[in-house]
Amino acid sequence: MSVTDKPVTDKAVTHKPVTDQVENQAVANSSTGQTAVPSTAVAEYALGLGDDALILAQQLGQWISRAPELEEDVALANIALDLLGHARQLLSYAGRAWDKSEDDLAYFRDEPEFRSVHLVEQPNGDFAHTIVRQLIFSSYQFELYSELVKSTDPMIQAIAAKAVKEVDYHRDHAVQWTLRLGIGTDQSHARMATALIDLWPYVDELFHDHAVTKDGKLKSELSGIAVVPSTLRARFDSRTAEVLERAELTAPATFIARGGGRRGVHSEYLGPLLAEMQVLARQHPGASW
Amino acid sequence: MAKAENSKFENRATEAAGHETWPLWEVFIRSARGLSHVHAGSLHAPDATMAVRNARDLYTRRMEGVSVWVVPSAEVTASDPDAKGAYFESAQGKEYRHASYYTKSEGVKHL
Amino acid sequence: MTVSEPRTPHAVSAVTDAGEGTDEERALFESVIADDKRIEPRDWMPSAYRRTLVRQMSQHAHSEIIGMQPEANWITRAPSLKRKAILMAKVQDEAGHGLYLYSATETLGTGRDVLNDQLIQGKARYSSIFNYPAPTWADMGAIGWLVDGAAIVNQVPLCRASFGPYARAMVRICKEESFHQRQGFEILLELMQGTQAQQEMAQDAVNRWFAPSLMMFGPPDAESTNSAQSMAWNIKRFSNDELRQRFVDMLVPQAEVLGITFPDPELAWNEERGHYDFGELDWDEFAEVLAGRGPCNAQRLQRRRDAHNDGAWVREAAAAYARKTAGRAVEGAAA
Repeated sequence: MSVTDKPVTDKAVTHKPVTDQVENQAVANSSTGQTAVPSTAVAEYALGLGDDALILAQQLGQWISRAPELEEDVALANIALDLLGHARQLLSYAGRAWDKSEDDLAYFRDEPEFRSVHLVEQPNGDFAHTIVRQLIFSSYQFELYSELVKSTDPMIQAIAAKAVKEVDYHRDHAVQWTLRLGIGTDQSHARMATALIDLWPYVDELFHDHAVTKDGKLKSELSGIAVVPSTLRARFDSRTAEVLERAELTAPATFIARGGGRRGVHSEYLGPLLAEMQVLARQHPGASW
Repeated sequence: MAKAENSKFENRATEAAGHETWPLWEVFIRSARGLSHVHAGSLHAPDATMAVRNARDLYTRRMEGVSVWVVPSAEVTASDPDAKGAYFESAQGKEYRHASYYTKSEGVKHL
Repeated sequence: MTVSEPRTPHAVSAVTDAGEGTDEERALFESVIADDKRIEPRDWMPSAYRRTLVRQMSQHAHSEIIGMQPEANWITRAPSLKRKAILMAKVQDEAGHGLYLYSATETLGTGRDVLNDQLIQGKARYSSIFNYPAPTWADMGAIGWLVDGAAIVNQVPLCRASFGPYARAMVRICKEESFHQRQGFEILLELMQGTQAQQEMAQDAVNRWFAPSLMMFGPPDAESTNSAQSMAWNIKRFSNDELRQRFVDMLVPQAEVLGITFPDPELAWNEERGHYDFGELDWDEFAEVLAGRGPCNAQRLQRRRDAHNDGAWVREAAAAYARKTAGRAVEGAAA
């Protein structure tokens, strides 16, 4: 935007352009900073994305000290830290709508108040299950954040702009391992096939629209801000099909799990996961750490 | 989650444990544009593609690098330490290769 | 551990086995050590020097790897997302530091597979402090402040160790670890400024970790079997007791900032010495834990064995893939 083209108001004519620049910068800063308060609809949307990232980070954190090789401990920790970073930004932003902190939301909501999808709630399983979960989720997230960098909500836009680069690496990590495990040995191939059968049912929920749409269209409060998930499906399908084909694997024809995570209806796995995550914070309500 | 399927493999995994060793790679990091890649250390990886990723994860966690090279350790050819004399003696005693050898022109500008 | 007579370090020669190497090789090694320069992997070195380094560096690496566990156990329960991120980054660093040290050890000709086998078969040692349990969140603070604090005091002089790859690994590790001790201190500070329950949790953790952290410097000088030779080789720069004293002198004022006490009635400033006096440590307990009879030895090793065994099929698959695809073009040639 050209500063000089801006309509100039009555006073401080001479230095107005400079002031404008400073103000514009302040807006840009606040977009990544502390002040903007989202509408409830935007907060709900951010909460869903944040919960997905938080639950997956919690799961991946369990690999640290247990990975197949030490180099992989480091790699999985990097991915978990990226996701935790996204979760913190998204929950902090969402929390402003209800005057809650990231920790209030992470530690003091009960299971039905979480908005995570079932895929991220599925347990780590063996390394093949973790890699398949990563492949599915990072492929979805990559398409999602690639669109959200165009969001008109400056905070969502800023979070997506950083996250999309990190998720690109997560996807690459998952792709590389999918190739190695798919092609490597009979055993690794069989384990990947099993993991695909176990996890593919949870793909569909990622592309459910009902949380963000009304009458088949994006809710008006989310217009320009959010992405209609089903619009990402085609690219997700073609990208994952291409990777699976290279890895000599196939997406299994299987049942479709019913989902419901965005409505607070969760898999059996979420309860114990939250119990562990929240136990200490809840033993000391109001405490600072 | 496919427990029955997995348990069959668990036994095989235990039997085979520890017998596959990934090769060693030397890692070189360019810390900033305009600087050379410098040796940072080594790591294990099954192949070059994974080696460069492991190097990124291990050696650039704190923004140490803008570019990464990996080289199979076995591919590095080094000078023979026993031939140190033969290799490096010749450079000794040839001070005239250094500007500091030329003292008479001291004080002359732009020289 | 045998009790030997106290020795003055420099009574020990840098070259122990006079029969080894040529006169020229031995002279070169001695002069590098005497000039306080660095030995590099392909230099000639006495086999005892090589053995000592492999032992010390691999023990150090194993300690980093086993040391991940008591903290990794708290990643899932960290009481705030900020603490969760810090803890994850810290445990990740420990994996990284283990890797730097294994990589330095490998330059001496002993592969990581061999070192790892020694560890999981219970044949290798690692710092016995990691065989103590971490039952509360305050242990994350006490480990950072006391255990990492002791480690740093130990490690800073190792940045000048005579073996180049070891010294270089230590420089990198010390640089990265500077946040580890601080985050531990801040965990405790936050607890001490918190509720009664939090304060008690902090004090309890410090009570449990204080003596073990002092024992991290190893047995008293008079009983330390390897110290004199290691000092003659410029691998070690200060004696166990010197470093322990330095650590205690550092801790006491920090404890005052925290408002925390140490479980040692003999801890007092000694004007004459210009140092803090402290009580006798329980070296029998140290020997027990070192011998594998500590509270967590078995579970720590089992966890490492499980990770290694569970990962075997993954490592095999990746190696098999590399063989199958060998010769195919690799992305990104160096430029």
